[in-house]
Amino acid sequence: MEAKQVATAVGRGLVRRRELSIFVVCVAAAIYFAVTGSGFTTSENYHTIAQYVAPWIIIGAGEVMLLICGQIDLSAGFVFTLAPFVLTSFTGDGMPLLLALVCAVAISALVGVVNGLIHTLFNLASFIVTLGMAFFLEGMSLIASNAQPEAAPANGWVAQVFGRARWSELIWALAIVAVMQALLSTTKFGVNTQAVGSNPIGAAEAGIRINRIKIVNFALCSGLAGLGGILDGIRVGSFDPTNGGNETMFLAVASAVIGGTALLGGSGTIIGALLGALLLGIVYDGFNLTGVNANAFDVVLGIAIIAAMLLNVYLGVLRRKASR
Amino acid sequence: MTAQEEGSVTAGGAETAPEVIRAEHISKRFGAVQALKDVNLYVRRGEILGLIGDNGAGKSTLIKTLTGFHRPDQGRLLFNGTETALRSVVHARSLGIDTVFQDLAMINDLPVYLNLFLNRELTHRPLPVLRRSEMRRRAREALDSIGISIPSVDTEVGQLSGGQRQAIAVARSVYAESTQLLLLDEPLAAMGAKEGGQILRLLKRLKERRDIAIILIAHNYAQIVDICDRVNLLQHGEITLDRASQETSVSELLELVHAEYGVN
Repeated sequence: MEAKQVATAVGRGLVRRRELSIFVVCVAAAIYFAVTGSGFTTSENYHTIAQYVAPWIIIGAGEVMLLICGQIDLSAGFVFTLAPFVLTSFTGDGMPLLLALVCAVAISALVGVVNGLIHTLFNLASFIVTLGMAFFLEGMSLIASNAQPEAAPANGWVAQVFGRARWSELIWALAIVAVMQALLSTTKFGVNTQAVGSNPIGAAEAGIRINRIKIVNFALCSGLAGLGGILDGIRVGSFDPTNGGNETMFLAVASAVIGGTALLGGSGTIIGALLGALLLGIVYDGFNLTGVNANAFDVVLGIAIIAAMLLNVYLGVLRRKASR
Repeated sequence: MTAQEEGSVTAGGAETAPEVIRAEHISKRFGAVQALKDVNLYVRRGEILGLIGDNGAGKSTLIKTLTGFHRPDQGRLLFNGTETALRSVVHARSLGIDTVFQDLAMINDLPVYLNLFLNRELTHRPLPVLRRSEMRRRAREALDSIGISIPSVDTEVGQLSGGQRQAIAVARSVYAESTQLLLLDEPLAAMGAKEGGQILRLLKRLKERRDIAIILIAHNYAQIVDICDRVNLLQHGEITLDRASQETSVSELLELVHAEYGVN
């Protein structure tokens, strides 16, 4: 009897909170790889997964905000690529590392402001604006780096805090998730972001400054992508112009979508993107450990994204029924 | 007391209340179309003015002029007796002129209470953090006080029926802190008889509060005669009839609107 009640409650929770259903799938995938593969349940392997997922989580957090307000940033992957070289151009001039880092993140955010301004001033779809920006930034990364990797700063406490220390990048990712989720669900800005994505005309009639909301979210997404690129580069020990790019951006968007964020705006959560990234990371890592051809990863990823979307649609129907 | 005065008292006592808005000689042209010619109208506090007229008579243009969406080419608006130029919808709203548009401006993905407080969210000042429980409580109170029944203030608006959404749109406009003039553009258009009745009862309760003036556009003349204190007929951009509801009837209004076609 009790077991049945628990099962009913869990079932209802799965329907109500879409994050919970992704979490259950994550746990199931982890158990599967722990049982079938060797070395999944080691601290070393958890660290490997953390390295995979941290960039997707950090960029994904920004993409969720943009997707909720009905936009997307395809250039975030190349902001991730370029930001470390912006950093080295400042440190090369003798600027202290911390200040250079702050400036590089600020310039990254400025890219988002430009994306947002072009989108709002000229009413050009953000898909197109940020697609152009992606190519532009890819070229800029190659120019700024001479298409050569550079050594990343490794000494001093700043480098330790910003990626060098063992779990630093993951801790940053989790802190960003916490702050962004709080921004989304506890502030007026978060509610207004949802309103802009759900009904832009209605939001404008209510006096919400929809352009300002969009531009701030573009800036947040780019700023986070820049920070993510720097963290990742410092962790690896070198800044590489082939790091990041479209693949990282698309995995971040995939994380957001698997985590329940609506591509057409209006709803989503940052925690969902965290879980979506975690699921992708576990599958990717598990495939490597069990010796499955890594090329098959993309096949599974494609299926996972479509399955997640179908699940979301289905759960949405159930949720509507449950709340009647 | 003369019989006439006595009649006006039973009509709601609004005849002596101050005018909230008065439009004088308003005209508005869009290219070759003279949408409004020479419109004169007024509404008093505690009064519901029904605005009727055929499609294309200029009703929507008039509403949009009274809410700051359009600026009149000529004429002036007196708000609480003072000449006022409405710069925008937001400006009009800041003065206490609120509109329920046909599209309702509801955010489907947000719960009822956040729609009621849309862009007027309560926060823990100076922090921008939402006071969700306080907004829930006030939303429940507001909806209870005007008799709107919904499952929960946490329900997403997208899951409500058309009538419930309309009622919440009206409640939102009314509960904006300083609303003095409420304009409703065909609030019953997309609604069944039962839901329409719910909105009409809601408007009656608002009227009884005596602190708000309402302009209502509707096609159903029986409803207009039933709920409004006065009826204005708009034809070809002009008010051609201004009469107390008690002194007219559905058949007379129908005759007046259709007479136009008989002549032409």
